[in-house]
Amino acid sequence: MIKAGPEVVVPVPSPHTLGNLIDALEVHYPSLRHTLRDQEGNRRPYIRFYACRIDISFWSWESGLPESVVQGQEPLLVVGAVSGG
Amino acid sequence: MASVRLLIGTKKGAFVVTSDGNRRDWQIEGPFFAGWEVYHLAGSPADPQRIYASQSHAWFGQVIQRSWDGGKSWETVDNTFVYEDPVGDHLWYDGTPRRWEFKRIWHFMPDTDDPDTVYAGGEDAALFLTCDGGKSWQEMSGLRRHSTSSQWAPGAGGMCLHTVLQDPKNKQRMYVAISAAGVFRSQDGGLTWHAANRGLVSDYLPDPRAEVGHCVHRLAMHPDRPEVLYMQKHWDVMRSDDGGSSWHEVSGNLPSDFGFPILVHPHDPRTVYVIPIQSDSLHFPVDGRLRVYRSRSGGDEWEPLGNGLPQKHCYVNVLREAMAADRLEPCGIYFGTTGGQLFASADEGESWLTIAQNLPAILSVEVQTLP
Repeated sequence: MIKAGPEVVVPVPSPHTLGNLIDALEVHYPSLRHTLRDQEGNRRPYIRFYACRIDISFWSWESGLPESVVQGQEPLLVVGAVSGG
Repeated sequence: MASVRLLIGTKKGAFVVTSDGNRRDWQIEGPFFAGWEVYHLAGSPADPQRIYASQSHAWFGQVIQRSWDGGKSWETVDNTFVYEDPVGDHLWYDGTPRRWEFKRIWHFMPDTDDPDTVYAGGEDAALFLTCDGGKSWQEMSGLRRHSTSSQWAPGAGGMCLHTVLQDPKNKQRMYVAISAAGVFRSQDGGLTWHAANRGLVSDYLPDPRAEVGHCVHRLAMHPDRPEVLYMQKHWDVMRSDDGGSSWHEVSGNLPSDFGFPILVHPHDPRTVYVIPIQSDSLHFPVDGRLRVYRSRSGGDEWEPLGNGLPQKHCYVNVLREAMAADRLEPCGIYFGTTGGQLFASADEGESWLTIAQNLPAILSVEVQTLP
């Protein structure tokens, strides 16, 4: 069985973009800084973002989040690599 | 009674190992940061309860951890390491230019007086400094501004800055070592740097005596004799008697002068330890016999120390950061292997006991001697 990490709720300033969401996550959890995105701000290859059953990892940071995520009805999933370790 | 605390970094986490001054019975705590590579842990000489740990992972990058209670609990600090513009290029394995890119911290050198001040050596090679206990890090970019930096290239383990030394009598004088660029010395507290590789000979270079390009594996200094430096190079054990201005070989009767760590006895600046490895392509002890070699004369004349160490069928490696000494009398020597064995000697290397034999591959060993 795969263990999922805790679900957290963070306030995201407008506009509600993928980049602003990850920024907000890092503000509330500074130790995540540069672990999801590298030192230059690019998504690390072994990190994926899922929402509403679709892979949004390749969306630009400026992309607007799905409305159901903005409304808090659906989570945005941050998925780390599931091999190795 | 004094006690000893070992800080062990491994491929799969960190361990804190403690004993009283007898150094016979050991307690192992860990793994901390399980599953992550821990290249180095270092305690502050000014406040031994302050410990810094470099936790990294190929998928998730660098995380800096610190403990203020001697390794019982840990907190993350900041993970931002930025190369100052212009970032520039170095050489890649294939000889083509490659942009500097931060990968991990290999080595910490906490300041002797201020527990909030720590130097950190990184990959790709750069020197970083924090003055606020790891909350923020700044590059000391004068090092990468050296005129040769575009010629620096990675060793097999990456282009790492793995050694930082500071002259305790003149803290403006600092040394760093980079694999595979060589030694650099600063006389102004790390603002500007000069190559300090005269006397090194590396046959894999087009010019074996080139100013840079030498794969220096480790440097060691005794605080009472800071002008004397010892070096384990890719091949050759070297010594400088003039603060790095020149080097001469002291490999002497070693069965192989390839190896990674080098260590100076804490109470005798002329006593040095190395662990000979078969060759650059065969990273295991000579003849499958794990032996530490000690010189009482600053090199050249070496004696094997293998009492208690595996003397047959031993094919592990001992990495550059994985040997250290305590400051008790007689001093204790410790080293860890890529096979997960942790060995200790409470009598300066005359005899050895096995503290642990099934840890993950050991990357680093540090010792704190506690009152």
